[in-house]
Parts: sequence; structure tokens; C-alpha cells
Amino acid sequence: MERFERVEGLVAPLDRVNVDTDAIIPKQFLKAVGRSGFGENLFYHWRYREGAAGHVVPNPDFVLNEARYQGASILLARANFGCGSSREHAPWALSQYGFRVIIAPSFADIFYHNSLKNGLLPVVLPEADVDALFRAVEATAGYTLTVDLPAQCVREGEREVGRFAIDPFRKDCLLNGLDDIGWTLQHAAEIRDYETRRRAEAPWLFGREDGVPHE
Amino acid sequence: MGAFFGDLTLGKTLYDKLWDAHVVRELPDGTCLLYIDRQLIHEVTSPQAFAGLRAAKRPLWRQDANLAVADHNVPTKDRAQGIADPTSRLQVETLDDNCRDFGVRLFSMADKRQGIVHVVGPEQGATLPGMTIVCGDSHTSTHGAFGALAHGIGTSEVEQVLATQCLLQKKARTMRVRLEGTPAAGVGAKDLALAVIGHIGTAGGTGHTIEFAGSAVAALSMEGRMTLCNMAIEAGARAGLVAVDDTTIAYLAGRPFAPRGALWDQAVSAWRDLRSDADARFDKEVAIDVTTLAPQVTYGTSPEMVAAVTARVPDPGTLADAVAAESLRAALRYMDLAPGTAMTDIPVDVIFIGSCTNARIEDLRAAARIVQGRRVAANVRRALVVPGSGLVKEAAEAEGLDRVFTEAGFEWRDAGCSMCLAMNADRLEPGERCASTSNRNFEGRQGAGGRTHLVSPAMAAAAAVAGHFVDVRTWM
Ligand code: SF4
Repeated sequence: MERFERVEGLVAPLDRVNVDTDAIIPKQFLKAVGRSGFGENLFYHWRYREGAAGHVVPNPDFVLNEARYQGASILLARANFGCGSSREHAPWALSQYGFRVIIAPSFADIFYHNSLKNGLLPVVLPEADVDALFRAVEATAGYTLTVDLPAQCVREGEREVGRFAIDPFRKDCLLNGLDDIGWTLQHAAEIRDYETRRRAEAPWLFGREDGVPHE
Repeated sequence: MGAFFGDLTLGKTLYDKLWDAHVVRELPDGTCLLYIDRQLIHEVTSPQAFAGLRAAKRPLWRQDANLAVADHNVPTKDRAQGIADPTSRLQVETLDDNCRDFGVRLFSMADKRQGIVHVVGPEQGATLPGMTIVCGDSHTSTHGAFGALAHGIGTSEVEQVLATQCLLQKKARTMRVRLEGTPAAGVGAKDLALAVIGHIGTAGGTGHTIEFAGSAVAALSMEGRMTLCNMAIEAGARAGLVAVDDTTIAYLAGRPFAPRGALWDQAVSAWRDLRSDADARFDKEVAIDVTTLAPQVTYGTSPEMVAAVTARVPDPGTLADAVAAESLRAALRYMDLAPGTAMTDIPVDVIFIGSCTNARIEDLRAAARIVQGRRVAANVRRALVVPGSGLVKEAAEAEGLDRVFTEAGFEWRDAGCSMCLAMNADRLEPGERCASTSNRNFEGRQGAGGRTHLVSPAMAAAAAVAGHFVDVRTWM
């Protein structure tokens, strides 16, 4: 996982509540068996439309297609962003498109955690702060923000415009680019001990070694 | 210490009990290494996880904890001809290969135990009370109906569970939703679920584990409890729970993966404790009287946009919150509905009875009771019944339900996710309007441009016959 410390970048606004994972990356792109190539299909049904001869062309009415938001790395969003399915393809698509931060008043739980595990930082700010940011982005072409993970704050230039919370463990993983599996395997012996204890207490939870359930 | 501090200690919720029994290690910030007893696997969210294991040369931590089945991409007819779409086929074949290489139990497409992962787990007894259960699918919340802590995970987490049998998690807050009273005939678990979402909203349970309690929940069958917990995720909660009782235990007895003999007795006595203590406190409590609840129909593109079948499509102009008004306006535009339209005046083109929400035997029986001796209306272009598993299909055929449906003009299909999310060949055409027993009415969910109204199996069956929504209570 890429380390995350500070991101200074162009902000793009997506002014809709309940943006679901089907909208972020529609199901027809979930058939891939690899981890790449999702960025170009981010927000597919909003971002493209059918042009001449059945070719898909960018939809000029969709906000991310506006010239002023090209190269954005911070997405400003509304409440309950990422609701719906557990597909990790959603944060993959957002990251591969170029976003490193999403700012919203709230996120769906699974999406929030999937994002953290992929180096995409979900920042929860109070509704009023998010409203103010929407106004600022719309009023100012080339509006940029700095998202500072060590300081857990969002700045416009030198001015702090919001502070956010994050679990210390998750913060540490992001700052160091650590993945969960490597961390967990350091505690393999404890997991084995737990299994031994648990097997004595609740033997029905364990099948035979060959994968056949106990009789 | 116990005696001295006893009075000061509050009782535990069911969620506390399940959580505490699975903590391997707790970090100073409260993040826990949580042990996972069962992982269910399907073809869509697992290929990158297996690829990750291979790339890191990591073995599977525990073979017998995993069970795999292909469901999202499988065709629901002419299955002997294989999968026509090459990308779908590759994904299903990749699952077969991964399961073979890593020694994971798999119900292949040809196996009659194949079906939707959330129907198959409980049906096999692979879902047991007291377990932690995960799957790379948000509707894993279904399994909470058994007093198990079950939730959906992303692909990185699928890989982590394959490699370590653990997840890093923080405890959620607790919420209890009490459903009290006896609902009218024709009002089922799906209506209760939709009513809860209508009441608390799609983000109402965010950050919480919802325990469903109250007399209406105690009276539900396991199928009904699964429907309820299935939709907990639609209320924003990763997990739903129902306490273990005689209904739970009777359902599990004799299932292939359930313990037997002395082990069964030992398990049952442990399972009896899987309920919240009387003095347990919840972070949030909600109570709903379901005695007068009408059948529910969604009219928008989020499950919280739901109303009684006796109601009318709401008017965005009457909403005070500008963001909510705009999202309702966009939803009604997408759904092509005018404010003020009576729900019962909405005609339907397609009927879909299926999905992990409502494709169990009891759901098919409820629909068949309505359809019996009637015909699908002339304006309905397609009406599908897709059983949740091969075994549900077999049981329904043994009762003659397949004939009830086909004689009425329904298509009787093989098991899979099908038109719930249209990853296989079953999908809505742009503009088609569907009465669906599934769980999500998002834009394009059942096919690009398709319009979904979520309803119960009885309501979908009645809409099929009438050609528009009707209050199924009047048909009982
Ligand atoms: S039936 Fe629908 S909701 Fe359930 S697992 Fe399949 S696609 Fe997901």
C-alpha cells in the first residue's frame, strides 16, 4: 500500500447524497479477475453517454468531465457516500482515477474501511463544514485543499477548514503503508492459541483437517 | 471481584457476547484482531484475494472454515450449455481453479446444492449460532438471523481471512429495533424490513449492529428472520442479529454441516445463551408497532424511499431539506413517476421473485398462494421465479409450486442471483418497470435504465396478476 501523509490537490464536488457503489463502479465491471483498469469506468453511467454509432462518449453534463476539475485528487461528497455493496472495486476505481481523499459528512461503513485498506483516505467533516467547502469549490476555479493526516486536519492555504478523527491504528497503517495481513501474521502464535482454547470450548466450530465437516 | 462488582456490571447484549468470544488481541485504540469461524466465498469478490495469496506465496490458514459457491454470474436457464458471456465464464472458472488449488470446498454450478451464497450457507447448516461469518458480499448480514455475527467484507479482507482467519475490526455501537404486534395476513418479513428502513433511513444503522427483537420477530420463521437481517445493510448496519430460540434450533437440526449426536447437544446448550441479557443497554432503541402496517412498496432509487401500498408517491416540493428534495426529484425523474400517483396505479412490466432476500421455500410458497389459479396480466412482459438454491428448487417442485407458477405464465428458472443485480443474462431493458423481491432499487441495479420497486413475494405475485401494485391484504 502506498504511504499516505499529506495531499495537496484540486477538489472536485459531487453534490448528491447516498452515492452508492453501483454508481461508483457498475456491476458489469466487476467481472474482472485482476485489480487494475477500474479508473476509466468510475461513475460510468453518469460519466459517459451513448454517442454516434453506439460509441460511448463523455457526458459533458457530468461534473467530473468539466475542464476545471481535471486532475482532481480530492473528491468532495455528500452524506452516506459509498452505500450499497461491499465491492472493493469502488475504492479501487476512485484511487485509479486519481483520487486520494474523499471528504463527506458520512460514509457507509464497509466502503469506509475498504478505502482505508487501499490508501484512499475518507475524511468525515461536519455537515456545515462540507456545505462551506461546496460553496468554496463552486465559487473558485482551481480550488485546492491540503489534507494533512499527521495533523488530522484539512487546510485551505494556511487556514484550517476542518478537523477529522481517525483510528490511531488505521492512521499508523496509512502513514507507514502497512497492510493488515503482514501485521496479523506477526501474531500467528496468538491465533493458534485462540484456536486451541476455542476448540476445547466449542468443538463443533472446527471440522476435520481435510476440510470435511465433523460427523 | 464478581460478587463485589456484580451489581455495577450491566448485562451484555448478544453482540457483546459474540464479539467478546472472538477477540484474539485488543490494541490500545480498541481495534481488535477478531477470529472468523466461517468464510463464504463467491466468484465476484474473491479472484483478487486468491491472486494476492499466490503472489505472496501464502497458504490458506484453515481449509474447513471456507465454503465457496458461484452465484452472481451463473445462468438461470439452459445451464448445460455453460456460460455464454466470456467474462462471466472466466470469473466462474477462476473460482473453480482457485478452490481446487487451495483445497476450498466448492459447490460447482452442476451441483444441486449450488445457489445464492446466503441461501446455501444456512440451508447446509454451515451458518451456525455463535459463529463469526464473513463473505465478500454486503448481504452477509443475512446470517445474523441465527444469532451469528455476520457481515460483508471487501476483497482485501477476504484475502486476510484466507491467510490469517482473522480481521482487524473496531466494535460497532448497538441498536435494538423492536417490532411488536401481529401483522395482518399478507404482511410479511419483507414489509417489516422495508418499514424499518423507511423509519430509520438508509444511514439509520450506520456504525451500529442492529438486533431485531420483539414479539413480531419472535413469531417469524427462520426464512423471515433471514429476510429481515438481509436488509439490515440497507439500513446502514453491517450486521443484523436475532437471538437464538427454539425456531433457530429446530431449523438447524439435521442439516449436513451442523454438529450431530453428543456434539449437537453440547452446541445447543451453548447456543441457548445467545441472546441479550435482560439488563443489557443499547446505544439506540427503536420500537415499531406492526399491527396496522400495510404492505410496503418503494417508489424511488434508495430503499428508504418506501411507502405503504395504500399511499401516494410523495411530492419533493413538500420537503424542507433541499438536498433531500433534490435527491427525491432526481429519483422520481429516473423512476418516471409523478408526485401524487397512487401506488396502486403504477403498472409493472416485469416481475422478479428471487434473490437472497426472498427466494427461500417459504417465499415461493407465499407467492404461489397468490398466483394459484390465476394468470399473469397481459401487460406484464416477463415474470421470473428464480429459487435461491438448487435444493429450494427441488423442494418447491416436490410441492408442485413450479406448476402453479408456470401455469400462471411465470418462467421457472435455476438458482442464482439473476435479475437481483443483472450480472448474468437476466436483466431489465431501459425504461422497464419491475416489481422485485430483491433488496436494492438503485439506478440501473437490475439493468441499465431499469426501474425497480421493492416488494414482498406476495406483493410481487399480486402485481403480476393485476398488472399493477395492489394491496395484497385484500386478496387474503
Ligand atoms: S441475490 Fe442479489 S443481493 Fe443477494 S448476493 Fe446475489 S446479487 Fe447480492
